[in-house]
Amino acid sequence: MISSTGWILITGILAASSCALVGTFLVLRKMSLMGDAISHAVLPGIVIAFLLTAGRNTFPMLIGAGIFGLLTVYLTELLSQKGRIFHDASMGIVFTTLFAIGVIIISLFAGNVDVDQECVLYGEIAYVPWDLWIWQGTNMGPRPVWILGFVLLLNITFITLAYKELKTYSFSPQLAATLGMPVGLIHYGLMGSVSLTTIASFESVGAILVVAMLIVPPATAYLLTDRLHRLLLLAVLFGITSAVGGYYLALWINSSIAGAIAVVTGLQFALVFLFAPRYGLLAKRYIINRSKEAPRPVTTG
Amino acid sequence: MDIFFEFFSLQDPNIRYVLAGTILLGFSAGALGCFAILRRRALVGDAVAHAILPGVCLAFIVAGGKDPLMLIAGAFVFGLLSMVTMDFITRNSRIAPDASIGMVLSVFFGFGVVLLTFIQSTGYVDQSGLDDFLFGQAAAMIGYDVNVFGGLSLLILAITIITFKELKLISFDPSFARSIGYPVKRIEFLLAMLMVLTITAGIQAVGVVLMASMLIIPAAAARYWTDSLRVMVVVAAGVGALSGITGSFISYTAPAMPTGPWMVVSAALVFILSFLLAPGRGEIARFVQKRRLRHRIASENILKTIYSMEEEDDRTDRVRPRRELARRRHMSKRELNRAISTLLRKKYIAWFSGNPGGYVLKSEGRKEAKRLVRVHRLWEQYLNQHLQIAEDHVHDDAESMEHLITTDIEHELLESLGSPERDPHHSKIPYEDADEGEKDGDNNAHNNQEGIDQTGEPGKQNPGGRKSQTTKPKGSRP
Amino acid sequence: MTTQNATTELQTGPGRDPSSAGRQNPPVEVHDLTVAYDQKPVLWDIDFELPEGKMTAIVGPNGAGKSTLIKAAMGLIPSSSGYTLIYGKPLDKQRRNVAYVPQRESVDWNFPISVMDVVLMGRYPHLRLFQRPSREDRRIAMGALEEVGMAEYQNRQISQLSGGQQQRVFLARALAQDAGIYLMDEPFAGVDAATEKVIFNKLQELRSRGKTLVVIHHDLQSVPNNFDWVMLINLRLVAFGPVAETFTDENLQKAYGGRLNILSQMVERSRQQRFVREQESE
Repeated sequence: MISSTGWILITGILAASSCALVGTFLVLRKMSLMGDAISHAVLPGIVIAFLLTAGRNTFPMLIGAGIFGLLTVYLTELLSQKGRIFHDASMGIVFTTLFAIGVIIISLFAGNVDVDQECVLYGEIAYVPWDLWIWQGTNMGPRPVWILGFVLLLNITFITLAYKELKTYSFSPQLAATLGMPVGLIHYGLMGSVSLTTIASFESVGAILVVAMLIVPPATAYLLTDRLHRLLLLAVLFGITSAVGGYYLALWINSSIAGAIAVVTGLQFALVFLFAPRYGLLAKRYIINRSKEAPRPVTTG
Repeated sequence: MDIFFEFFSLQDPNIRYVLAGTILLGFSAGALGCFAILRRRALVGDAVAHAILPGVCLAFIVAGGKDPLMLIAGAFVFGLLSMVTMDFITRNSRIAPDASIGMVLSVFFGFGVVLLTFIQSTGYVDQSGLDDFLFGQAAAMIGYDVNVFGGLSLLILAITIITFKELKLISFDPSFARSIGYPVKRIEFLLAMLMVLTITAGIQAVGVVLMASMLIIPAAAARYWTDSLRVMVVVAAGVGALSGITGSFISYTAPAMPTGPWMVVSAALVFILSFLLAPGRGEIARFVQKRRLRHRIASENILKTIYSMEEEDDRTDRVRPRRELARRRHMSKRELNRAISTLLRKKYIAWFSGNPGGYVLKSEGRKEAKRLVRVHRLWEQYLNQHLQIAEDHVHDDAESMEHLITTDIEHELLESLGSPERDPHHSKIPYEDADEGEKDGDNNAHNNQEGIDQTGEPGKQNPGGRKSQTTKPKGSRP
Repeated sequence: MTTQNATTELQTGPGRDPSSAGRQNPPVEVHDLTVAYDQKPVLWDIDFELPEGKMTAIVGPNGAGKSTLIKAAMGLIPSSSGYTLIYGKPLDKQRRNVAYVPQRESVDWNFPISVMDVVLMGRYPHLRLFQRPSREDRRIAMGALEEVGMAEYQNRQISQLSGGQQQRVFLARALAQDAGIYLMDEPFAGVDAATEKVIFNKLQELRSRGKTLVVIHHDLQSVPNNFDWVMLINLRLVAFGPVAETFTDENLQKAYGGRLNILSQMVERSRQQRFVREQESE
């Protein structure tokens, strides 16, 4: 049977893969911070669902958080258009207010609720092996693994089915619209995936560090390739290595696993940032210096 | 009510501290936030706030305990470091600014969490305060904190006033600023330092996540109230301070409530109210303006319709029944009624009862109608001639444009077109007559009822009837 | 009249650096300018000396580097190599003397400032850091606004202006700066015919006063009638010289490389949401 370490690693890998997949499109569409916004703004959704169901039953929490995730996106767009505010400012207004409301609700019912603030914020993946799903008396394995596995499957299906649309949309929403693609649907579909992925990953890595897994591996991959399918694969790869590397790092220095994973994503990015063959920093400096002696390029004019 | 007085009597020193601290925080963050959102760096503050955590932890480790000065120094260093990193990534790679912010935010914070758990695992006794870092602990503010806030706010106030012209310039047009040799980088750095200072101090009151909101929300709310940057900064500072007061008060009345989130919610409420109620730029004001414009357009269209009916049968003495107007112009009955009553009120048209009853243009009304038609046809001619848009495409544009063309624009059109006689459809363009006003249907109508043909059948031509005019407008500007 | 006084003042304002009067340095010299992003060259080895007191048009296909040229020459964006001299002196010492008019899209026109605020910024090169504009500066700014016919808009917030009016405000800012050299990036893009006339008239007036003007221009048709010199840019300097000799079919072919057909021009324009014009074929 799989050891607890195994379960932890599997959970991390599943979460990282899902995040990398949807995060790639966020990065391409320059909506990286939407992931940050959603992961904060779902707090009230989780809390409300928790209070209504009075237990740690995950499914209603998933739904509650999903609703608030989409609500965040909707309110942000609404505010940005009607309020004539820049998109990033409107995002900031919406998610911080929702988060504040979430905290207030928690404080209101502090006595009755066992929502560990820290847990929500940075999760506790180490507990996963003991969070078992008992179905009709059988031990089905850790619940988070099932949920994350399900979400990963969903994401893969979504991306595979809508690959053409997502690709066009990432390149240019206007182009997609002129080609007759349902841009609104794609957009909300993507945001729905982000919400789902974020919530599913909460328990493992918590709200703020989900953002690391959403953005950093895809950004790292972006420095290495221009092709979408390679981008997705590399992003997932970097996500997995971060999850595994982070776990062992945390073990070594005896710290939070989630935090360690985030740090590893950052270190990977730093390495690639410096050494990437075409888009890396050193490559650019070196090439520029060399190209001054090189013969003039042929004009494409 | 008692609580209200209890609170605002400021007898409890703790209340004084908390109030002072949150007011000053709201004040500084609100003012600085204006520059952040105008420069589209709204969420940089969020990233900086998160990035401070590792600085605080490292300072804690290095200092071996909770030395406040060290913690602030550590926070400040990492705050600056995070800003530099974000900028560096964007400048030196093809990573977009938003991804750069998100990366710094999460990775730095992750690092901070690692350090935090490391500290916890080593069993330092004195580390409880670090947990409050996330949500702030305004209620625990002491005199020292207030002094820090106070000093910081004064510093921000002074620097903002002195460098206002520079801040305005680099926020509006940094490339122009650079072109005239302004030290844009240095000024941006100054702004960054002030932001980091504010965030560092403010986190202790409202916590990491909510710090960003104090930078964004008051400034966004202030924008609705004014078109002047100076006023915007003042209003934002005021809104921030107000949120501080409200937040502290609510937190006081319900001891379990943290101050930070209530500050944010108060600011958000002010924002919503501003969004709705601000005169001019608020939603309600804009709605009213739009409606007014719609009504004006509707009445102008009715006026034009009556005029074109006059042009068609070359009669100024015929009454135009309401149902004719309704037939020609598709608008709701309510709009039509409203338009007509406006025109009646302005004495542009008059009602004549009869069988059927109808409306007639008065002299002022005819002048105005002529102007509208003239402007419409001039615009069509302009589109056709200067921009070479085909005749069948110009009408719709002119239909909407004519209501917006002012006298100035009209004169410019006349000048550039050379006062043309006809529009692209070869309809005559009506200019004002010098002798208009005396020979009108309405004058005669008052004196001589038979002058107005009320049956709609061809009757005798009114001696003062309008003929097509092609005289050039008198006194047109060269 | 105030306008005339202001104009006279501007005429005697700082222009040439007196110490170089004998040496006849060209107003703007650019040497070895190369700009590259992510290994892709955008400008390669540009060298030129602008003629004084003349109006030069910079033309070339979209993406050929025209904007980049001005920005890099002004040091607004990093270049891989090259330097700029103004009247023989390094750029940084002579910035006051160069008025840069950026593209209209480069600023946020919803920014909460007034027309007067923007024009006053043209006076900043004459002020020290942290020094506020004086009443004299305001007078000069007002004069500049009158010159472009925008005087009554001085307190208007800039979002309430039309495209042509915004462009005129930018021009007024440059006038208020009272420089000897004007670098303008597509000042005629998307403006109405009346504004176009106002701006051209103003530029010609500046030229007659001995100012040096450089305009990135998109409309090839109006180049021969309005400009003295022309520079064709497409990654490299394709040609540069007086219009009569330089604005030839051969050079245009080299610069535009077959992109001169009507269809691609129309596609270009409709993409930028301008009215469709009919072009005469070459």
